[in-house]
Amino acid sequence: MNQSRILLTAGIAGVLGTILVASPQASPPKIKVDYQRDIAPIFQTRCYSCHGPAQQTNGLRLDIKAAAMAGGVSGPSIKPGSSADSKLIQLVSGTGKTVMPPVGPRLSEDQVALLQAWIDQGASWPETETPSQAGAPLKSAHWAFQPVHRPDPPSVRKRPWVRNPIDIFILARLESEGIDPSPEADRYTQIRRLSLDLIGIPPGPREIAEFVQDNRPNAYERLVDRLLASSQYGEKWARHWLDLARYADSDGYETDQLRPYAWRYRDWVINALNRNLPYDQFTIEQLAGDLLPDATVEQKVATGFNRNTLSNREGGADPEEYRVEQIVDRTSTMGTVWLGMTVGCARCHNHKYDPISQKEFYQLYAFFNNADEINISAPTPGELGQYLRARPEYEKKRREILGDLEKQLAPQQAAWEKKTLEAVSNPGKDYHWDRQWELLGLVWEGGKGGGQLEGRFIIETEPAKRTETQKERFFEYFLRQGELIDPPRFKELNIKDVVKKLDDLENAATRLTQAPTFFENPHPRTSYVHLRGDFRSKGIDVEPALPAVFGSPQWDKKPSRLTFARWLVSKQNPLAARVAVNRLWQELFGAGIVLTSEDFGTHGSRPTHPELLDWLASEYMDGGWDTKQMIRLIVTSATYRQSSRVRKELEVRDPANTLLARQSRVRLAAEIIRDSSLAVSGLLSNTVGGPSVHPPQPESVTKQAFETPWVESTGPDRYRRGLYIWLQRTAPYAQLINFDAPDPVRTCSRRERSDTPLQALNMLNDPVFFEAAQSLAMRILSEKNGGTADRIRYGFELCTSRPPDSDEIQRLTLYFNRQRDSLKSEPAAVPALFPNRVDGTDPVDAAAWTGLSSVLLNLDEFITRE
Amino acid sequence: MNLWDLNATESRRRFLRNSGFGIGSVALAQLFAEEGRGAPATPVADPMAPKKPHFSPKAKNVIFLFMAGAPSQLDLFEPKPALTKYHNQPIPDSMKSALVDTFKQNARLMASPREFKHYGQSGMPFSDLLPHTGTCADDICMMYSLRTDITNHHPAQLILNCGTSMFGRPSMGSWVTYGLGSESRNLPGFVVLTSTSGLGIEGGASNWASGFLPSNYRGVTFRSAGDPVLYLSNPPGLNVEAQRLRLDAVSDLNQHHLASTGDTEIAARIASYELAFRMQASVPELGDFSKESASTLEMYGIQNEVTRPFGTNCLLARRMIERGVRFVQLYHSSWDDHADLNKKITKNCNMIDQPTAALLRDLKQRGLLDTTLVVWGGEFGRTPMYEVRLASPEPGKEGRDHHALAFAMWAAGGGMKGGLLFGKTDDIGFQAVENQMHVHDLQATILHCLGLDHTRLTYRHQGRDFRLTDVAGNVVHEVLT
Repeated sequence: MNQSRILLTAGIAGVLGTILVASPQASPPKIKVDYQRDIAPIFQTRCYSCHGPAQQTNGLRLDIKAAAMAGGVSGPSIKPGSSADSKLIQLVSGTGKTVMPPVGPRLSEDQVALLQAWIDQGASWPETETPSQAGAPLKSAHWAFQPVHRPDPPSVRKRPWVRNPIDIFILARLESEGIDPSPEADRYTQIRRLSLDLIGIPPGPREIAEFVQDNRPNAYERLVDRLLASSQYGEKWARHWLDLARYADSDGYETDQLRPYAWRYRDWVINALNRNLPYDQFTIEQLAGDLLPDATVEQKVATGFNRNTLSNREGGADPEEYRVEQIVDRTSTMGTVWLGMTVGCARCHNHKYDPISQKEFYQLYAFFNNADEINISAPTPGELGQYLRARPEYEKKRREILGDLEKQLAPQQAAWEKKTLEAVSNPGKDYHWDRQWELLGLVWEGGKGGGQLEGRFIIETEPAKRTETQKERFFEYFLRQGELIDPPRFKELNIKDVVKKLDDLENAATRLTQAPTFFENPHPRTSYVHLRGDFRSKGIDVEPALPAVFGSPQWDKKPSRLTFARWLVSKQNPLAARVAVNRLWQELFGAGIVLTSEDFGTHGSRPTHPELLDWLASEYMDGGWDTKQMIRLIVTSATYRQSSRVRKELEVRDPANTLLARQSRVRLAAEIIRDSSLAVSGLLSNTVGGPSVHPPQPESVTKQAFETPWVESTGPDRYRRGLYIWLQRTAPYAQLINFDAPDPVRTCSRRERSDTPLQALNMLNDPVFFEAAQSLAMRILSEKNGGTADRIRYGFELCTSRPPDSDEIQRLTLYFNRQRDSLKSEPAAVPALFPNRVDGTDPVDAAAWTGLSSVLLNLDEFITRE
Repeated sequence: MNLWDLNATESRRRFLRNSGFGIGSVALAQLFAEEGRGAPATPVADPMAPKKPHFSPKAKNVIFLFMAGAPSQLDLFEPKPALTKYHNQPIPDSMKSALVDTFKQNARLMASPREFKHYGQSGMPFSDLLPHTGTCADDICMMYSLRTDITNHHPAQLILNCGTSMFGRPSMGSWVTYGLGSESRNLPGFVVLTSTSGLGIEGGASNWASGFLPSNYRGVTFRSAGDPVLYLSNPPGLNVEAQRLRLDAVSDLNQHHLASTGDTEIAARIASYELAFRMQASVPELGDFSKESASTLEMYGIQNEVTRPFGTNCLLARRMIERGVRFVQLYHSSWDDHADLNKKITKNCNMIDQPTAALLRDLKQRGLLDTTLVVWGGEFGRTPMYEVRLASPEPGKEGRDHHALAFAMWAAGGGMKGGLLFGKTDDIGFQAVENQMHVHDLQATILHCLGLDHTRLTYRHQGRDFRLTDVAGNVVHEVLT
């Protein structure tokens, strides 16, 4: 999608979409005007800011039926049945002295016509909840907050086209516009589309041949099932979820320290998707897995979702300030991911457009405010046995190093703890001790991605109540940082030496994989409204609760994070299912039914097919939140299977393809571009999961990260899929950023798709892609015998999943001959282009094949899903 | 029609003209423009096409000299005799409450180890570390009363660059190129150059991120080692003719596919590849100083090892401005002198002083300073007190801590009043006492110089209209000509 189109659609898609469809010409619409579809968007975008929930200028309020019909200080403005007598129409059409809206462009003729027709047709406005008493929070008439109803599919004429209910909704709309759907895509396009969409890797020649020749009536469905069962399915779809989870392998901010175990959560996501964990359970485990009864290690690992927030360990940073930032981020991220709402807007003030007050934001915040960070041992298969076998020897050596130091230093440790805690209650008295407290909050578990505030938690726990592990770890911390209490004694006991020995032992030890998780702090924090969003300015205190717009569920006691997570995926929440299926749709069509998949609020886009969205949402919930089944349903629809060829006659009527009279051409995501080039060239490693890898990239990129070396991976790890690349927040992998991978600093539900010269340079000249071209040349030469045209045909099909036409073969042959001819006069270039030898192939020919392979990898078609 | 026997460019043109998709004219106009044949590129497909500002501008371009790590205003720009007088005394109790960070309440005042001199008709003071910059005093508008919100490097850098300490917002260069496009057809519109004392820039790429703006507006880093632009060089074994062969084949095949799919995105991609090819020539040309005079090279200190890194970037910046690049940001790091300030700040000043002055002088003599806004400064300033976090240093090796309450930055050219001493701090430089200026005010003022109203340069994202100055900022008219 090009940039201008993004700008356009993001801004006015709601209005434009409606108008284009309802009334192509500026004449009164002949169809029945629908309040929700046609009128509410106009009120919302042009009137609410002065006549909505926040303000009622001249007493007029247009977001509630009764108030709107009653009118403002000068009487009713809507007279059902007679637009000519309605003040609203006089004002918006500009016939009198005053024009509404007073700022911005006038309403278009189409919009005025719609309002007129609506009033003339009786101004019907479906009953929603009655407004509450004055002063109480009001429920919203906005579509997204209404319960999900399962609509009956409408009737259509072209029944044979329909493959499943999705098609009925799409076709009904097309028929009302007098548009035919596009023909089905050919088999080559089908298998390429399905492979890229479901597993993120293009199909191989054998798979293509099998599918193209498969005459069984259910060949397509069989292919879908095979792909959904592949472990590569989880890798492909995990990447979308990791965007939402703002996943990264480092802390962010200035020091941007490493998080060597972040991948454990990433692997949980891949695994959960592959075993098709129902979305409700998927949700509950990630938000509150630690609170489940008898929580398993894996359920705790799932809470790593919220451990991906940034951490600031820079000297002078107030750890409490950044803890609060993290809770705010967790609350906002939850809002985007499960409510499709920009709840974070209410951090500093009441939400300007959506029914979330500042107090309600902090009530949501309160659900998360007591969850503290902790890393736990989460061994991968096979690890535990080794660990246990090595443990006795390790313990023995550790005892040898430590001797009875713990006993000898007990008085010092007690005094050090006391003075550090005194500094907390009496800051500014002695900066040495202020600094001890600060350090404890900054360096604890630094570089290990552990819980930053865990050390502070332990020091505030009475020694008798500490667990053995806590005691052990805290004593080690004291050895490393506590010298201030008694420098001579530390020198005398040679503590520096002891610490070095401990480090050496630890570095050589067999360790268990750790996982970032949560635990509920046993000393509950009080949550406050932060005035103007500043955590130092405490307003009233608040308890965990839902925003009023969602009603008040019967929770018997103080609701926990777990209660909240369960509510999120209950039928009482009208949003979670709609938001989730819309994201799936977005990945399979290039744009969601709600274009702004991150914002279902009144300022987001309106759904292009509201009934379809609700039907899908109810299907998802009724089907047990079965994600693979939902994807299967969508990709087996006739709608999905259409050709993506642009239809000239629809370019003006439906430029953004919102009616889906065809599929969309979509540029591939950054990771899939990498994975595809490695796959077609035969380099791709198939290993699933494990620690993140460091494929080669220029030093000038890696040096951007503060003091963090980039140690290049060796062997097959250089060729792992893009989602396994180490994500250093201050210096992300250049190729991924070039192709619009989001900055992993906050949740992202919709990637941009840009087109820049830097991308062209990346594809043409990056050694990673050029190595792929060399390897592809090798593959063509060794796997395909025959003449130049045969080999061109083979390479072309590897890259585009279809046979080339005769023009294409001719053009590639022309290139091949020219490149080969020019190499004849340039022998030095030959080994640089093709360092290997293939028996029976002239080295100059082989070098020209590298050039030709790189042409194939640079085709627009190669980085596009048709 | 057989496309392939024709001259590649001619065939493309004919193809585009004949294609029945209604985009031919756009792509064709681009193609003509690429070939330097007049016909300005139609803005339809090019997000970087020049756009009209809100009102008539003074400045067309910006060079932002970002001194990352926060240089000490008290040792460079602000002589404070009181600091010498009360050297080693605790700070007055009345000031303590302004310090959120309780450590600093224990700190004692620190006299500057440097001498100051007054320069130009304005008598603007500079310390003996900046003798070259001092000679430009009458072109410089010195602002003494800057203030920011946070005293940690990265969040404060983000406030200065992006208007908020939150990660993920567009940076100033992105906003400016989003608002104005770029005059350059062969170079990116927003370029970042770095020179460091070894460490990277704290926070890295988030400082020139495009945030939620399209990624076309992201700052493109020109690198001092390896390719100046990532992946600019052809792979080994492919010379420029071979690259052209590749590109012609790719373009022709893409056009062929455009004909069968009808998707105009393909035309945009063809144009991107052509720009990439032009950059492969124009970027090396940019860095080729062989046509610069010996006196120019000497002025920037290119021959001198100490001044070469920053001097090279300053000269590159001038050459970019000449070629129409809209926003150039030079990073120099790090000025974070918690300890051994006197020695370390001397080293940094030796690196940047002469090139900085050369840039101002060179722009002026070429008549470019009037339309080029040069800004110099870091994310905050440094305390009038010693650093107290570190163990007591030896005498002479003290440093200063971060200070957000008052610090100095300067700007020159592009509509700023030269020789102006604007704003004032108290006797020890602890707080502003006159004309306090938040960084949001500076941002509003910079945009104003470019003809942009900071309240109208907005982008709708997640249901809200965002802007560089967040919800604050006022243009400071007193500093403008």
